[in-house]
Amino acid sequence: MSGSDRITAELVAKVSRLARLDLTPDEIDDATGKLADMLDHFADIDALDLADVEPMTQPYPLRNVFREDVEVPCLDRDEVLAAAPAAVDGRFEVPPIVGLED
Amino acid sequence: MATSTSSSGDLPTTATDIAAAVRAGTVSAADVLERHLAAIDAREGEIHAFNLVLADEARTAAARVDADVAAGRDPGPLAGVPVALKDNLCTHGIPTTCSSKILEGWRPPYDATVVQRLAAAGAVAVGKTNLDEFAMGSSTENSAFGPTRNPVDTSRVPGGSSGGSAAAVAAGFAPISLGSDTGGSIRQPAALCGVVGVKPTYGVVSRYGLVAFASSLDQIGPFSTTVADSALVLETIGGHDPMDSTSIPEPVPGLTAVLDQGVEGLRVGRITDLPEGASPDVAARLEAAFDTLAAAGATIVDVEVPAFTYGLTAYYLIAPAEASSNLARYDGVRYGLRVPAPDTNTMYMATRHEGFGDEVKRRIMLGTYALSAGYYDAYYGKALKVRRLISDDFARAYQSVDVLLTPASPTVAFRIGDKVDDPFTMYLCDTYTIPSNLSGHPGMSVPFGTGADGLPVGVQVLASTLGEPTMFRVAAELERAMATADAIAATRGEVSS
Repeated sequence: MSGSDRITAELVAKVSRLARLDLTPDEIDDATGKLADMLDHFADIDALDLADVEPMTQPYPLRNVFREDVEVPCLDRDEVLAAAPAAVDGRFEVPPIVGLED
Repeated sequence: MATSTSSSGDLPTTATDIAAAVRAGTVSAADVLERHLAAIDAREGEIHAFNLVLADEARTAAARVDADVAAGRDPGPLAGVPVALKDNLCTHGIPTTCSSKILEGWRPPYDATVVQRLAAAGAVAVGKTNLDEFAMGSSTENSAFGPTRNPVDTSRVPGGSSGGSAAAVAAGFAPISLGSDTGGSIRQPAALCGVVGVKPTYGVVSRYGLVAFASSLDQIGPFSTTVADSALVLETIGGHDPMDSTSIPEPVPGLTAVLDQGVEGLRVGRITDLPEGASPDVAARLEAAFDTLAAAGATIVDVEVPAFTYGLTAYYLIAPAEASSNLARYDGVRYGLRVPAPDTNTMYMATRHEGFGDEVKRRIMLGTYALSAGYYDAYYGKALKVRRLISDDFARAYQSVDVLLTPASPTVAFRIGDKVDDPFTMYLCDTYTIPSNLSGHPGMSVPFGTGADGLPVGVQVLASTLGEPTMFRVAAELERAMATADAIAATRGEVSS
Protein backbone atom coordinates (compact mmCIF):
# COMPACT_ATOMS: atom_id res chain seq x y z
CA MET A 1 0.00 0.00 0.00
CA SER A 2 1.50 3.34 -1.02
CA GLY A 3 1.77 6.37 1.23
CA SER A 4 -0.87 8.21 -0.74
CA ASP A 5 -3.34 5.39 -0.08
CA ARG A 6 -2.70 5.55 3.63
CA ILE A 7 -2.54 9.28 4.24
CA THR A 8 -5.83 11.14 4.19
CA ALA A 9 -6.62 14.68 5.30
CA GLU A 10 -8.69 13.22 8.14
CA LEU A 11 -5.74 11.18 9.37
CA VAL A 12 -3.44 14.21 9.15
CA ALA A 13 -5.93 16.29 11.13
CA LYS A 14 -5.99 13.58 13.79
CA VAL A 15 -2.18 13.42 13.93
CA SER A 16 -2.02 17.21 14.23
CA ARG A 17 -4.29 17.06 17.27
CA LEU A 18 -2.07 14.35 18.81
CA ALA A 19 0.95 16.57 18.14
CA ARG A 20 -0.84 19.62 19.61
CA LEU A 21 -0.36 21.55 16.38
CA ASP A 22 -3.22 23.80 15.32
CA LEU A 23 -2.84 23.43 11.54
CA THR A 24 -4.93 25.49 9.10
CA PRO A 25 -6.87 23.65 6.34
CA ASP A 26 -4.19 24.72 3.84
CA GLU A 27 -1.45 23.35 6.07
CA ILE A 28 -3.38 20.07 6.47
CA ASP A 29 -3.60 19.79 2.67
CA ASP A 30 0.10 20.50 2.23
CA ALA A 31 1.08 18.07 5.00
CA THR A 32 -1.13 15.35 3.50
CA GLY A 33 0.66 15.50 0.16
CA LYS A 34 4.17 15.77 1.59
CA LEU A 35 3.69 13.01 4.18
CA ALA A 36 2.32 10.66 1.53
CA ASP A 37 5.24 11.49 -0.74
CA MET A 38 7.79 10.79 2.00
CA LEU A 39 6.17 7.51 3.00
CA ASP A 40 6.35 6.41 -0.64
CA HIS A 41 10.11 7.04 -0.55
CA PHE A 42 10.38 5.18 2.75
CA ALA A 43 8.78 2.05 1.29
CA ASP A 44 12.28 0.83 0.31
CA ILE A 45 12.61 -0.95 3.65
CA ASP A 46 9.42 -2.95 3.07
CA ALA A 47 11.48 -5.39 1.01
CA LEU A 48 13.78 -6.28 3.94
CA ASP A 49 13.27 -9.42 5.97
CA LEU A 50 13.35 -8.09 9.51
CA ALA A 51 11.61 -10.93 11.31
CA ASP A 52 14.60 -11.99 13.39
CA VAL A 53 16.20 -8.58 13.82
CA GLU A 54 16.37 -7.07 17.29
CA PRO A 55 15.29 -3.39 17.34
CA MET A 56 18.09 -0.92 18.16
CA THR A 57 17.07 2.17 20.11
CA GLN A 58 20.53 3.45 21.14
CA PRO A 59 24.08 3.10 19.79
CA TYR A 60 25.10 1.44 23.06
CA PRO A 61 23.14 -0.42 25.69
CA LEU A 62 22.27 2.06 28.41
CA ARG A 63 22.91 1.10 31.99
CA ASN A 64 21.38 2.72 35.00
CA VAL A 65 23.70 5.33 36.45
CA PHE A 66 23.92 5.69 40.21
CA ARG A 67 25.56 8.40 42.27
CA GLU A 68 26.00 9.06 45.96
CA ASP A 69 22.85 10.53 47.51
CA VAL A 70 24.33 13.92 48.36
CA GLU A 71 22.91 17.37 47.83
CA VAL A 72 24.26 19.31 44.88
CA PRO A 73 23.28 22.78 43.71
CA CYS A 74 20.30 22.93 41.38
CA LEU A 75 18.92 25.61 39.09
CA ASP A 76 17.87 28.86 40.75
CA ARG A 77 14.07 28.83 40.97
CA ASP A 78 13.59 32.56 40.56
CA GLU A 79 15.85 32.63 37.52
CA VAL A 80 13.97 29.74 35.93
CA LEU A 81 10.59 31.32 36.62
CA ALA A 82 11.80 34.67 35.29
CA ALA A 83 12.18 33.01 31.87
CA ALA A 84 8.60 31.68 31.90
CA PRO A 85 5.77 33.43 30.03
CA ALA A 86 3.84 33.72 33.32
CA ALA A 87 4.62 32.85 36.92
CA VAL A 88 2.86 33.39 40.23
CA ASP A 89 3.73 32.50 43.84
CA GLY A 90 6.90 30.62 42.85
CA ARG A 91 5.11 28.51 40.24
CA PHE A 92 4.46 28.48 36.50
CA GLU A 93 1.08 30.06 35.79
CA VAL A 94 -1.22 28.52 33.15
CA PRO A 95 -4.81 29.06 32.06
CA PRO A 96 -7.48 26.61 33.34
CA ILE A 97 -6.80 22.97 32.48
CA VAL A 98 -10.35 21.64 32.89
CA GLY A 99 -13.87 22.94 32.64
CA LEU A 100 -13.75 24.87 29.41
CA GLU A 101 -13.86 22.13 26.77
CA ASP A 102 -17.17 20.89 25.31
CA MET B 1 43.57 23.97 3.76
CA ALA B 2 44.00 26.89 6.17
CA THR B 3 42.05 29.50 4.30
CA SER B 4 41.33 32.12 6.92
CA THR B 5 40.17 35.07 4.85
CA SER B 6 40.80 37.69 7.51
CA SER B 7 43.91 39.77 7.00
CA SER B 8 46.25 38.18 9.46
CA GLY B 9 49.30 40.42 9.59
CA ASP B 10 51.74 38.76 11.95
CA LEU B 11 49.04 37.32 14.16
CA PRO B 12 48.56 33.54 14.22
CA THR B 13 45.40 32.22 12.53
CA THR B 14 44.84 28.69 13.81
CA ALA B 15 43.57 27.86 17.29
CA THR B 16 46.71 25.86 18.00
CA ASP B 17 49.00 28.76 17.08
CA ILE B 18 46.83 31.41 18.78
CA ALA B 19 46.74 29.48 22.05
CA ALA B 20 50.51 28.89 21.95
CA ALA B 21 51.22 32.58 21.31
CA VAL B 22 48.76 33.82 23.94
CA ARG B 23 50.11 31.37 26.50
CA ALA B 24 53.66 32.48 25.70
CA GLY B 25 52.64 36.10 26.08
CA THR B 26 53.78 37.07 22.57
CA VAL B 27 50.23 37.96 21.47
CA SER B 28 47.37 39.24 23.59
CA ALA B 29 43.94 37.62 23.62
CA ALA B 30 42.53 41.13 23.22
CA ASP B 31 44.39 41.69 19.94
CA VAL B 32 43.33 38.29 18.63
CA LEU B 33 39.72 39.06 19.52
CA GLU B 34 39.71 42.53 17.93
CA ARG B 35 41.03 41.11 14.67
CA HIS B 36 38.18 38.60 14.58
CA LEU B 37 35.57 41.20 15.57
CA ALA B 38 36.85 43.35 12.71
CA ALA B 39 36.41 40.42 10.32
CA ILE B 40 32.86 40.00 11.61
CA ASP B 41 32.16 43.73 11.14
CA ALA B 42 33.45 43.57 7.59
CA ARG B 43 31.44 40.59 6.31
CA GLU B 44 28.74 39.48 8.75
CA GLY B 45 26.11 41.64 7.05
CA GLU B 46 26.62 39.61 3.91
CA ILE B 47 27.09 36.16 5.49
CA HIS B 48 24.69 36.16 8.48
CA ALA B 49 26.62 33.46 10.33
CA PHE B 50 25.43 34.71 13.72
CA ASN B 51 22.12 35.12 15.49
CA LEU B 52 24.00 37.11 18.13
CA VAL B 53 27.54 38.55 18.35
CA LEU B 54 28.86 38.75 21.91
CA ALA B 55 31.44 41.53 21.51
CA ASP B 56 31.21 42.89 25.07
CA GLU B 57 31.21 39.48 26.75
CA ALA B 58 34.10 38.39 24.52
CA ARG B 59 36.16 41.46 25.43
CA THR B 60 35.64 40.69 29.11
CA ALA B 61 36.68 37.07 28.61
CA ALA B 62 39.76 38.03 26.56
CA ALA B 63 40.82 40.52 29.23
CA ARG B 64 40.56 37.78 31.82
CA VAL B 65 42.82 35.52 29.74
CA ASP B 66 45.37 38.32 29.36
CA ALA B 67 45.22 38.97 33.11
CA ASP B 68 45.88 35.28 33.76
CA VAL B 69 48.91 35.34 31.48
CA ALA B 70 50.21 38.54 33.12
CA ALA B 71 49.78 37.05 36.58
CA GLY B 72 51.52 33.81 35.65
CA ARG B 73 48.34 31.70 35.97
CA ASP B 74 47.71 28.91 33.43
CA PRO B 75 45.22 30.44 30.95
CA GLY B 76 44.24 27.03 29.54
CA PRO B 77 44.92 25.03 26.38
CA LEU B 78 42.65 27.27 24.23
CA ALA B 79 43.85 30.54 25.75
CA GLY B 80 42.44 33.49 23.83
CA VAL B 81 41.00 31.40 21.00
CA PRO B 82 37.75 32.91 19.66
CA VAL B 83 34.99 30.32 19.32
CA ALA B 84 31.53 30.53 17.75
CA LEU B 85 28.75 28.47 19.33
CA LYS B 86 25.78 26.98 17.53
CA ASP B 87 22.67 28.65 18.89
CA ASN B 88 21.24 25.38 20.23
CA LEU B 89 23.93 25.27 22.94
CA CYS B 90 22.72 26.78 26.22
CA THR B 91 24.62 29.84 27.40
CA HIS B 92 23.83 31.13 30.88
CA GLY B 93 21.92 34.42 30.69
CA ILE B 94 22.60 34.75 26.95
CA PRO B 95 19.74 34.24 24.46
CA THR B 96 19.59 30.72 22.97
CA THR B 97 17.02 30.48 20.20
CA CYS B 98 17.62 27.32 18.13
CA SER B 99 16.74 29.77 15.32
CA SER B 100 13.10 29.32 16.30
CA LYS B 101 10.48 31.91 17.14
CA ILE B 102 9.29 29.62 19.90
CA LEU B 103 12.49 30.24 21.91
CA GLU B 104 13.15 33.83 20.84
CA GLY B 105 14.42 35.86 23.78
CA TRP B 106 14.88 32.85 26.10
CA ARG B 107 17.91 33.12 28.37
CA PRO B 108 18.98 29.71 29.71
CA PRO B 109 19.60 29.40 33.44
CA TYR B 110 22.78 27.36 32.89
CA ASP B 111 25.71 26.75 30.53
CA ALA B 112 26.05 23.60 28.42
CA THR B 113 28.94 21.39 29.58
CA VAL B 114 30.84 22.12 26.36
CA VAL B 115 30.42 25.86 26.93
CA GLN B 116 31.76 25.51 30.47
CA ARG B 117 34.72 23.42 29.28
CA LEU B 118 35.66 25.85 26.50
CA ALA B 119 35.51 28.79 28.90
CA ALA B 120 37.60 26.91 31.47
CA ALA B 121 40.15 26.22 28.72
CA GLY B 122 40.49 29.93 28.01
CA ALA B 123 38.46 30.07 24.78
CA VAL B 124 36.53 33.27 24.09
CA ALA B 125 32.92 32.91 22.88
CA VAL B 126 32.28 35.50 20.15
CA GLY B 127 28.69 34.64 19.22
CA LYS B 128 25.78 32.27 18.74
CA THR B 129 25.54 30.92 15.21
CA ASN B 130 22.56 30.48 12.94
CA LEU B 131 21.10 27.03 12.20
CA ASP B 132 18.15 25.33 10.60
CA GLU B 133 15.37 25.62 13.17
CA PHE B 134 16.03 23.07 15.94
CA ALA B 135 18.84 21.68 13.72
CA MET B 136 16.33 20.29 11.19
CA GLY B 137 17.69 20.91 7.74
CA SER B 138 20.71 20.72 5.45
CA SER B 139 21.05 24.31 4.22
CA THR B 140 20.44 26.74 7.13
CA GLU B 141 17.53 28.10 5.10
CA ASN B 142 15.00 26.86 7.69
CA SER B 143 16.02 29.53 10.21
CA ALA B 144 13.32 31.83 11.59
CA PHE B 145 15.93 34.60 11.34
CA GLY B 146 16.86 34.20 7.67
CA PRO B 147 19.43 32.07 5.82
CA THR B 148 23.20 32.00 6.26
CA ARG B 149 25.27 32.40 3.08
CA ASN B 150 28.33 30.38 2.10
CA PRO B 151 31.45 32.58 2.46
CA VAL B 152 33.03 30.82 -0.54
CA ASP B 153 30.12 31.86 -2.81
CA THR B 154 27.37 33.92 -1.20
CA SER B 155 24.75 32.84 -3.75
CA ARG B 156 25.02 29.36 -2.24
CA VAL B 157 24.01 27.67 0.99
CA PRO B 158 26.62 26.83 3.64
CA GLY B 159 24.94 23.48 4.27
CA GLY B 160 23.25 22.69 7.52
CA SER B 161 22.05 22.47 10.03
CA SER B 162 25.21 23.95 11.59
CA GLY B 163 25.63 26.32 8.63
CA GLY B 164 26.36 29.36 10.78
CA SER B 165 29.16 27.58 12.63
CA ALA B 166 30.72 26.34 9.37
CA ALA B 167 30.41 29.75 7.73
CA ALA B 168 31.89 31.52 10.78
CA VAL B 169 35.07 29.46 10.49
CA ALA B 170 35.22 29.65 6.68
CA ALA B 171 34.84 33.46 6.82
CA GLY B 172 37.55 33.87 9.44
CA PHE B 173 35.10 35.11 12.10
CA ALA B 174 36.54 32.55 14.52
CA PRO B 175 39.21 29.85 14.06
CA ILE B 176 36.95 27.25 15.69
CA SER B 177 33.27 26.72 16.32
CA LEU B 178 30.94 24.09 17.72
CA GLY B 179 28.02 22.46 15.96
CA SER B 180 25.75 19.51 16.54
CA ASP B 181 25.39 16.54 14.21
CA THR B 182 22.24 14.40 14.25
CA GLY B 183 22.37 13.19 10.64
CA GLY B 184 25.32 15.08 9.17
CA SER B 185 24.75 18.60 10.47
CA ILE B 186 28.47 19.16 11.16
CA ARG B 187 30.07 17.14 8.36
CA GLN B 188 27.91 18.31 5.44
CA PRO B 189 28.27 22.07 6.11
CA ALA B 190 32.00 21.55 6.77
CA ALA B 191 32.28 19.99 3.31
CA LEU B 192 30.29 22.74 1.63
CA CYS B 193 32.27 25.55 3.29
CA GLY B 194 35.71 23.95 2.90
CA VAL B 195 36.52 23.46 6.58
CA VAL B 196 37.11 20.49 8.89
CA GLY B 197 34.06 19.18 10.80
CA VAL B 198 33.89 16.28 13.26
CA LYS B 199 31.07 14.15 14.63
CA PRO B 200 32.61 12.21 17.52
CA THR B 201 31.56 8.76 18.72
CA TYR B 202 28.14 8.92 20.39
CA GLY B 203 28.86 9.52 24.08
CA VAL B 204 32.30 11.12 23.75
CA VAL B 205 30.99 14.68 24.13
CA SER B 206 28.39 15.52 26.77
CA ARG B 207 25.08 16.84 25.42
CA TYR B 208 24.13 18.49 28.71
CA GLY B 209 22.83 21.88 27.63
CA LEU B 210 22.45 20.94 23.96
CA VAL B 211 18.81 21.53 23.09
CA ALA B 212 17.64 18.03 22.19
CA PHE B 213 16.53 17.12 18.67
CA ALA B 214 16.90 13.31 18.43
CA SER B 215 18.55 12.08 21.59
CA SER B 216 19.82 8.72 20.34
CA LEU B 217 21.62 10.45 17.44
CA ASP B 218 22.73 13.94 18.58
CA GLN B 219 26.45 14.62 19.08
CA ILE B 220 28.35 17.89 19.52
CA GLY B 221 31.59 18.43 17.62
CA PRO B 222 34.06 21.03 16.33
CA PHE B 223 34.66 22.96 13.12
CA SER B 224 38.12 24.34 12.31
CA THR B 225 40.40 25.19 9.42
CA THR B 226 42.90 22.48 10.35
CA VAL B 227 42.68 18.87 11.51
CA ALA B 228 44.95 19.68 14.46
CA ASP B 229 42.58 22.38 15.70
CA SER B 230 39.62 20.00 15.71
CA ALA B 231 41.74 17.48 17.60
CA LEU B 232 42.60 20.12 20.20
CA VAL B 233 38.97 21.18 20.61
CA LEU B 234 37.71 17.61 20.89
CA GLU B 235 40.31 16.83 23.56
CA THR B 236 39.01 19.87 25.44
CA ILE B 237 35.25 19.31 25.21
CA GLY B 238 35.24 15.49 25.30
CA GLY B 239 35.30 13.13 28.24
CA HIS B 240 32.86 11.89 30.82
CA ASP B 241 30.17 14.16 32.24
CA PRO B 242 27.85 12.89 34.96
CA MET B 243 25.20 15.34 33.72
CA ASP B 244 24.66 13.28 30.53
CA SER B 245 23.60 9.70 31.21
CA THR B 246 24.79 8.64 27.72
CA SER B 247 28.29 10.02 28.34
CA ILE B 248 30.95 7.31 28.01
CA PRO B 249 32.72 7.03 31.38
CA GLU B 250 36.22 7.24 29.94
CA PRO B 251 38.68 9.99 29.09
CA VAL B 252 38.66 11.17 25.49
CA PRO B 253 41.41 9.42 23.51
CA GLY B 254 44.53 11.48 22.77
CA LEU B 255 44.33 13.01 19.30
CA THR B 256 46.83 15.82 18.84
CA ALA B 257 49.68 13.41 19.61
CA VAL B 258 48.81 10.98 16.79
CA LEU B 259 48.44 13.39 13.86
CA ASP B 260 51.97 12.89 12.55
CA GLN B 261 51.88 9.10 12.65
CA GLY B 262 50.89 8.71 8.99
CA VAL B 263 48.78 5.93 7.51
CA GLU B 264 51.40 3.26 6.79
CA GLY B 265 49.76 -0.13 7.27
CA LEU B 266 46.24 1.21 7.84
CA ARG B 267 43.39 -0.49 6.00
CA VAL B 268 41.13 2.02 4.27
CA GLY B 269 37.73 0.70 3.17
CA ARG B 270 36.03 1.50 -0.10
CA ILE B 271 32.29 0.77 0.11
CA THR B 272 31.49 -1.05 -3.11
CA ASP B 273 27.73 -0.85 -2.65
CA LEU B 274 27.63 2.81 -1.60
CA PRO B 275 24.32 4.44 -2.57
CA GLU B 276 24.57 6.32 -5.85
CA GLY B 277 24.01 10.04 -5.98
CA ALA B 278 27.46 11.58 -5.68
CA SER B 279 28.11 13.97 -8.53
CA PRO B 280 31.12 13.18 -10.78
CA ASP B 281 33.28 16.00 -9.38
CA VAL B 282 32.77 14.76 -5.82
CA ALA B 283 33.34 11.12 -6.84
CA ALA B 284 36.60 12.15 -8.52
CA ARG B 285 37.89 13.77 -5.33
CA LEU B 286 37.01 10.63 -3.36
CA GLU B 287 39.05 8.56 -5.82
CA ALA B 288 41.93 11.01 -5.44
CA ALA B 289 41.73 10.55 -1.68
CA PHE B 290 42.05 6.76 -2.04
CA ASP B 291 45.06 7.29 -4.32
CA THR B 292 46.64 9.68 -1.83
CA LEU B 293 46.27 7.26 1.06
CA ALA B 294 47.51 4.31 -1.00
CA ALA B 295 50.58 6.33 -1.99
CA ALA B 296 51.17 7.09 1.69
CA GLY B 297 51.27 3.41 2.57
CA ALA B 298 47.67 2.53 3.37
CA THR B 299 45.97 -0.53 1.91
CA ILE B 300 42.70 0.06 0.11
CA VAL B 301 40.19 -2.71 0.85
CA ASP B 302 36.81 -3.24 -0.84
CA VAL B 303 34.00 -3.83 1.64
CA GLU B 304 30.23 -4.09 1.49
CA VAL B 305 27.88 -2.25 3.81
CA PRO B 306 24.56 -3.36 2.29
CA ALA B 307 22.26 -1.64 4.80
CA PHE B 308 23.98 1.74 4.24
CA THR B 309 21.45 2.42 1.52
CA TYR B 310 18.51 2.13 3.97
CA GLY B 311 19.95 4.71 6.34
CA LEU B 312 17.93 7.57 4.94
CA THR B 313 14.61 5.86 5.53
CA ALA B 314 15.51 4.62 8.99
CA TYR B 315 16.78 8.06 9.94
CA TYR B 316 13.79 10.00 8.66
CA LEU B 317 11.50 7.80 10.73
CA ILE B 318 13.62 7.60 13.90
CA ALA B 319 14.79 11.23 14.09
CA PRO B 320 11.32 12.76 13.62
CA ALA B 321 9.86 10.26 16.10
CA GLU B 322 12.38 11.32 18.75
CA ALA B 323 11.94 14.97 17.78
CA SER B 324 8.16 14.80 18.14
CA SER B 325 8.73 13.65 21.71
CA ASN B 326 11.58 16.07 22.53
CA LEU B 327 9.75 19.06 21.09
CA ALA B 328 6.61 18.35 23.12
CA ARG B 329 8.23 20.51 25.80
CA TYR B 330 7.58 23.70 23.81
CA ASP B 331 4.09 24.28 25.08
CA GLY B 332 4.15 27.89 26.22
CA VAL B 333 4.35 26.98 29.91
CA ARG B 334 7.98 27.13 31.07
CA TYR B 335 9.91 29.17 28.51
CA GLY B 336 9.71 30.96 25.21
CA LEU B 337 6.61 31.97 23.33
CA ARG B 338 3.06 31.74 24.69
CA VAL B 339 -0.01 32.54 22.62
CA PRO B 340 -2.69 33.38 25.21
CA ALA B 341 -5.81 31.22 25.16
CA PRO B 342 -8.69 30.51 27.57
CA ASP B 343 -7.53 26.94 28.34
CA THR B 344 -4.22 25.09 28.31
CA ASN B 345 -4.90 22.75 25.39
CA THR B 346 -5.87 25.63 23.11
CA MET B 347 -2.79 27.50 24.35
CA TYR B 348 -0.52 24.54 23.47
CA MET B 349 -2.01 24.24 19.98
CA ALA B 350 -1.89 27.97 19.24
CA THR B 351 1.60 28.48 20.68
CA ARG B 352 3.09 25.61 18.71
CA HIS B 353 1.35 26.67 15.51
CA GLU B 354 2.70 30.20 15.86
CA GLY B 355 6.17 29.29 17.16
CA PHE B 356 7.33 26.43 14.91
CA GLY B 357 8.37 26.78 11.26
CA ASP B 358 7.20 24.55 8.41
CA GLU B 359 9.99 21.96 8.47
CA VAL B 360 9.76 21.51 12.24
CA LYS B 361 6.00 21.04 11.99
CA ARG B 362 6.51 18.57 9.16
CA ARG B 363 8.89 16.46 11.22
CA ILE B 364 6.72 16.60 14.32
CA MET B 365 3.81 15.37 12.19
CA LEU B 366 5.88 12.63 10.58
CA GLY B 367 7.23 11.51 13.94
CA THR B 368 3.86 11.60 15.66
CA TYR B 369 2.40 9.53 12.82
CA ALA B 370 5.27 7.00 12.91
CA LEU B 371 4.73 6.54 16.65
CA SER B 372 0.92 6.51 16.66
CA ALA B 373 -1.20 3.48 17.48
CA GLY B 374 -1.68 1.28 14.44
CA TYR B 375 1.39 2.59 12.60
CA TYR B 376 4.17 2.10 15.17
CA ASP B 377 5.16 -1.39 14.00
CA ALA B 378 4.99 -0.48 10.32
CA TYR B 379 7.24 2.56 10.63
CA TYR B 380 9.09 3.32 13.86
CA GLY B 381 9.45 -0.32 14.91
CA LYS B 382 10.69 -1.32 11.47
CA ALA B 383 13.13 1.59 11.35
CA LEU B 384 14.69 0.45 14.64
CA LYS B 385 15.32 -2.98 13.11
CA VAL B 386 16.92 -1.42 10.04
CA ARG B 387 19.10 0.57 12.41
CA ARG B 388 20.36 -2.72 13.84
CA LEU B 389 21.18 -4.01 10.35
CA ILE B 390 23.18 -0.87 9.58
CA SER B 391 25.07 -1.09 12.84
CA ASP B 392 25.82 -4.79 12.29
CA ASP B 393 27.00 -4.13 8.72
CA PHE B 394 29.40 -1.45 9.96
CA ALA B 395 30.68 -3.76 12.70
CA ARG B 396 31.42 -6.44 10.09
CA ALA B 397 33.17 -3.92 7.83
CA TYR B 398 35.36 -2.65 10.68
CA GLN B 399 36.64 -6.20 11.21
CA SER B 400 38.52 -5.89 7.92
CA VAL B 401 39.23 -2.14 7.72
CA ASP B 402 40.34 0.63 10.09
CA VAL B 403 38.44 3.45 8.40
CA LEU B 404 35.93 3.91 5.61
CA LEU B 405 36.06 6.73 3.08
CA THR B 406 32.96 8.25 1.46
CA PRO B 407 31.90 11.64 0.18
CA ALA B 408 30.69 13.89 3.01
CA SER B 409 28.06 15.48 0.75
CA PRO B 410 26.80 14.18 -2.62
CA THR B 411 27.44 17.57 -4.23
CA VAL B 412 29.23 20.85 -3.72
CA ALA B 413 27.25 23.75 -2.24
CA PHE B 414 23.94 24.31 -4.04
CA ARG B 415 22.20 27.63 -4.62
CA ILE B 416 20.01 29.24 -2.02
CA GLY B 417 16.39 28.36 -2.77
CA ASP B 418 17.19 25.35 -4.96
CA LYS B 419 15.84 22.66 -2.63
CA VAL B 420 13.46 24.42 -0.24
CA ASP B 421 10.28 23.27 -1.97
CA ASP B 422 11.00 19.55 -1.91
CA PRO B 423 11.81 18.15 1.54
CA PHE B 424 12.92 14.77 0.25
CA THR B 425 15.48 16.26 -2.15
CA MET B 426 16.92 18.15 0.80
CA TYR B 427 17.00 14.94 2.87
CA LEU B 428 19.21 13.29 0.21
CA CYS B 429 22.01 15.70 1.22
CA ASP B 430 22.53 13.47 4.25
CA THR B 431 22.79 10.14 2.41
CA TYR B 432 26.45 9.54 3.32
CA THR B 433 26.48 11.02 6.81
CA ILE B 434 23.33 9.52 8.34
CA PRO B 435 24.40 5.87 8.73
CA SER B 436 27.13 6.68 11.27
CA ASN B 437 24.66 8.62 13.40
CA LEU B 438 22.44 5.55 13.47
CA SER B 439 25.38 3.31 14.45
CA GLY B 440 26.96 5.86 16.82
CA HIS B 441 30.34 5.69 15.08
CA PRO B 442 32.57 8.76 14.60
CA GLY B 443 32.96 10.55 11.28
CA MET B 444 34.59 13.70 10.00
CA SER B 445 34.76 15.75 6.84
CA VAL B 446 38.14 17.00 5.71
CA PRO B 447 38.52 19.49 2.83
CA PHE B 448 40.06 17.76 -0.17
CA GLY B 449 40.25 20.14 -3.08
CA THR B 450 37.49 21.51 -5.24
CA GLY B 451 34.76 20.30 -7.55
CA ALA B 452 32.28 22.02 -9.86
CA ASP B 453 32.64 25.82 -10.08
CA GLY B 454 35.76 25.70 -7.92
CA LEU B 455 33.68 24.93 -4.82
CA PRO B 456 35.05 22.93 -1.88
CA VAL B 457 34.68 19.15 -1.65
CA GLY B 458 34.88 17.28 1.66
CA VAL B 459 35.94 13.67 2.02
CA GLN B 460 34.33 11.82 4.91
CA VAL B 461 36.48 9.56 7.09
CA LEU B 462 34.47 7.09 9.18
CA ALA B 463 35.82 4.91 11.98
CA SER B 464 34.56 2.41 14.53
CA THR B 465 33.53 3.16 18.10
CA LEU B 466 36.17 5.35 19.80
CA GLY B 467 38.24 5.09 16.62
CA GLU B 468 38.89 8.85 16.62
CA PRO B 469 42.71 8.53 16.81
CA THR B 470 42.82 6.49 13.59
CA MET B 471 40.22 8.73 11.94
CA PHE B 472 42.27 11.83 12.75
CA ARG B 473 45.48 10.22 11.45
CA VAL B 474 43.82 9.60 8.09
CA ALA B 475 42.34 13.11 7.99
CA ALA B 476 45.74 14.59 8.79
CA GLU B 477 47.31 12.62 5.93
CA LEU B 478 44.72 13.96 3.48
CA GLU B 479 45.34 17.48 4.78
CA ARG B 480 49.11 17.12 4.33
CA ALA B 481 48.60 15.91 0.77
CA MET B 482 46.44 18.94 -0.03
CA ALA B 483 48.96 21.32 1.54
CA THR B 484 51.68 19.77 -0.62
CA ALA B 485 49.52 20.02 -3.74
CA ASP B 486 48.73 23.65 -2.91
CA ALA B 487 52.41 24.42 -2.40
CA ILE B 488 53.33 22.86 -5.75
CA ALA B 489 50.54 24.79 -7.47
CA ALA B 490 51.76 28.00 -5.81
CA THR B 491 55.33 27.54 -7.05
CA ARG B 492 53.93 27.05 -10.55
CA GLY B 493 51.97 30.27 -10.17
CA GLU B 494 48.64 28.51 -10.44
CA VAL B 495 45.63 29.56 -8.42
CA SER B 496 45.33 27.00 -5.65
CA SER B 497 42.12 25.69 -4.18
